[in-house]
Amino acid sequence: MKLRVKFSKHGAIRFIGHLDVMRFFQKAIRRAEIDVTYSQGFSPHQIMSFAQPLSVGHESNGEYMDIQVNSLVSCEDVKNRLNAVSVEGIQVLSVIELPEDATIAMASVAAARYTVAFREGREPKLDIPNVLTEFLAQEQILYTKESKKGSREMDLKPGIYELNYEPRKGFLMLLDAASGSNIKPSQVIEALLANYGEELQENALLVTREDTYTNIGSEEEPKLVPLDHPTLTKEA
Amino acid sequence: MNNHLALSDDILMKIEKPARYIGNEVNAVYKDKSKVEVRFCMCFPDVYEIGMSHLGIQIIYDMLNRFDDVWCERVYSPWLDLDAIMREEKIPLFALESQEPVKDFDFLGITVQYEMCYTNILQVLDLAGIPLLTKDRTEEDPIVIGGGPCTYNPEPIADFFDIFYIGEGETQYRRLLDTYKEYKAQGKSRQEFLFAAARIPGMYVPSLYEVSYYEDGTIAEFKPVSPELPSTILKEIEMNVSDTFYPMKPVVPYIKATQDRVVLEIQRGCIRGCRFCQAGQLYRPVRERDVEVMKQYAMEMLKNTGHEEISLSSLSSSDYTQLPELIDFLIKECGPRHINISLPSLRIDAFSLDVMSKVQDIRKSSLTFAPEAGSQRLRDVINKGLTEEVILNGAALAFEGGWTRVKLYFMLGLPTETEEDIRGIAELSNKIAATFFETVPKDKRVNGKVQIVTSTSFFVPKPFTPFQWAPQSTKEEFLDKAYLTKKAITEQLNQKSIKYNWHEADASVMEGVLARGDRRLGEVILKVYQKGCFYDAWSEYFKNDVWMETIEECGLSVDFYTTRERSLEEIFPWDFIDAGITKEFLKREWLKAQSETISENCKRKCHGCGANRFGGGICFEERTDA
Repeated sequence: MKLRVKFSKHGAIRFIGHLDVMRFFQKAIRRAEIDVTYSQGFSPHQIMSFAQPLSVGHESNGEYMDIQVNSLVSCEDVKNRLNAVSVEGIQVLSVIELPEDATIAMASVAAARYTVAFREGREPKLDIPNVLTEFLAQEQILYTKESKKGSREMDLKPGIYELNYEPRKGFLMLLDAASGSNIKPSQVIEALLANYGEELQENALLVTREDTYTNIGSEEEPKLVPLDHPTLTKEA
Repeated sequence: MNNHLALSDDILMKIEKPARYIGNEVNAVYKDKSKVEVRFCMCFPDVYEIGMSHLGIQIIYDMLNRFDDVWCERVYSPWLDLDAIMREEKIPLFALESQEPVKDFDFLGITVQYEMCYTNILQVLDLAGIPLLTKDRTEEDPIVIGGGPCTYNPEPIADFFDIFYIGEGETQYRRLLDTYKEYKAQGKSRQEFLFAAARIPGMYVPSLYEVSYYEDGTIAEFKPVSPELPSTILKEIEMNVSDTFYPMKPVVPYIKATQDRVVLEIQRGCIRGCRFCQAGQLYRPVRERDVEVMKQYAMEMLKNTGHEEISLSSLSSSDYTQLPELIDFLIKECGPRHINISLPSLRIDAFSLDVMSKVQDIRKSSLTFAPEAGSQRLRDVINKGLTEEVILNGAALAFEGGWTRVKLYFMLGLPTETEEDIRGIAELSNKIAATFFETVPKDKRVNGKVQIVTSTSFFVPKPFTPFQWAPQSTKEEFLDKAYLTKKAITEQLNQKSIKYNWHEADASVMEGVLARGDRRLGEVILKVYQKGCFYDAWSEYFKNDVWMETIEECGLSVDFYTTRERSLEEIFPWDFIDAGITKEFLKREWLKAQSETISENCKRKCHGCGANRFGGGICFEERTDA
């Protein structure tokens, strides 16, 4: 049986990296005595797939991991067991059962929603509400990606599905998060500031991933829903 | 849970592995600080991943936190990146749980597991804002208490500690803390408390003892400043090992620690009496834990941690009398749960090979032998009761069973060692390779070959061993010996199957100075620290030239501590510590070593080491043929 576990990550735990969150869940699943399925072979491991790594320092209300179990009392039972052995800061929000032929979490990610605020004292001078419409109306939104191999210019526009700004809350954005075309929230803000001659200060952003989405429509007519959407469950 | 962190987000985002500094791990203990009377911070002076792998700290952490009036927290050496930031920004060292400054605690407990961590002790004190020297501390500072194997010769670090707890932690902490509470309630001074502490069994308060030297640098006299204080300090020992403190809920780190597994300590002590081995002497007598208790601990700890591996811990697991029963149980219980069993320190024989074939992937695992010396003569000198016949038979059995990788551990620079002994290392490695080709027919050889990895370390004589009188080799001698080993291996018929590794010699020389050092080395340790030395246990950060130059500046000599042959009458810096074994016994063993005479293990014969004074353990069991 395939289960999809949705969890949040807050507080001090935001400094635990992705691989260590995986290790945390492998141990939590054993503490919770969940009848998880192991791979075959001489060094079996729990069958587990994470939707998308979360950057160190980011918080989240919508992380997903898929696991396989051999037996199941109920999804609610798995959720309660995991929460009973978890640490404060990592909370299981929901568990759903997926159909046997479901695409694994990692392969099905299409987008992610973020709220992004500036740290106190690191806000830019730019009058964001005033320029945002103009910024988004451009034909291309260019961002220069620096890597070890050199810099590469990319167009962010096709991957920005929603971008709003509320003075007190900060940015609300829905971005392409599919592997290969993933856009980071900081890239959007860097591009915005660069467009108006400003630079993002170091460690200026407070990022929360609000949820992770998959596309249940078509490529031409996408319909983005959270990874725990009722239409994805086994019953549906 | 504590979401207030001592380090800012900016720092945590900048440094390597921020998870080292945020606490909040599974099973970490949080208490209401307003409801406890004693705040204790337990420290392992090395990086988090190493410190978190240490069983001793987990035992004390668990024990102290079972006391309602105490909150024990943890701290480790900040890694170099954070160390620099904390100095620059003047951030005081903090405990992981409360994230509050260590300086505000009642106690800072430091476990001292190896000599090369001495400068890290100073790093921890310094970052905490605690004066480095006990004499400079005030009523505002925590009581700095040390423990662990290196504190059996505490003298090189005597200036930095208020108290040393000599021996096993389970027995006297309650009494020490009660005394502390009593003195605090009465408004008594730090000095008054230390004086009272010095009269609790096992407690050594270095500032209350004076040492004088002869002109040649050896010790003339060592005595307490008051007749009310004991002149020797007997180690503490837990004789009831099956019914004492043990951490059923060890802390589980987020990042991968060196020991990422449940550790089950099945016994303390070792019957073997290898003459180079300090642990084998310090932890006498052998005390086995009840197998039923071990089974219950194993299951409970696996459940509470979620670890995917369990390891048995002891100096020689094969000597645990209930081993077959315990292993059967673990195989039965762990198999279906996909939990790995790790069995270090097993002698290679039919039983252990059978067990290993059940718990490991033979193709991936390797066999380990520790002959320690290359010839039977030298193995008799060091009392390593492992013969060539046993090794070759074990290897043959293993090769028949499908193993193709063998690791061999030896020491260079052992007392009485000759070139012939060294060549014996190469010859034994060669014979094991030959055994493979004789045992396994051509068509059954996996990849057609066998892989022997021969490693040598340099022998460092340690206090409380029969070799405490022995001269240590110089750096040049060490390197010559390693060169000779390498050359002898290349001359072997099967040299292509043998890979040879050896260690750096510099650190072994320094380790030797500190291991058998005296109080005068405190000045050296302080000075090298002030010159920027720490993390000396990490070869990439060990600055040998700074140590050498500082020893000279302080008017001391490396040779005095290392290569000098000590007379049987000499008073050693650690002689006032009573580790349970008598100096007479060690002398007898030293003389037997020189006459190449072995001493049988404790199970077969009692050699009157003195550990029977503790009234239990193997000393009172019937002799057998083990």
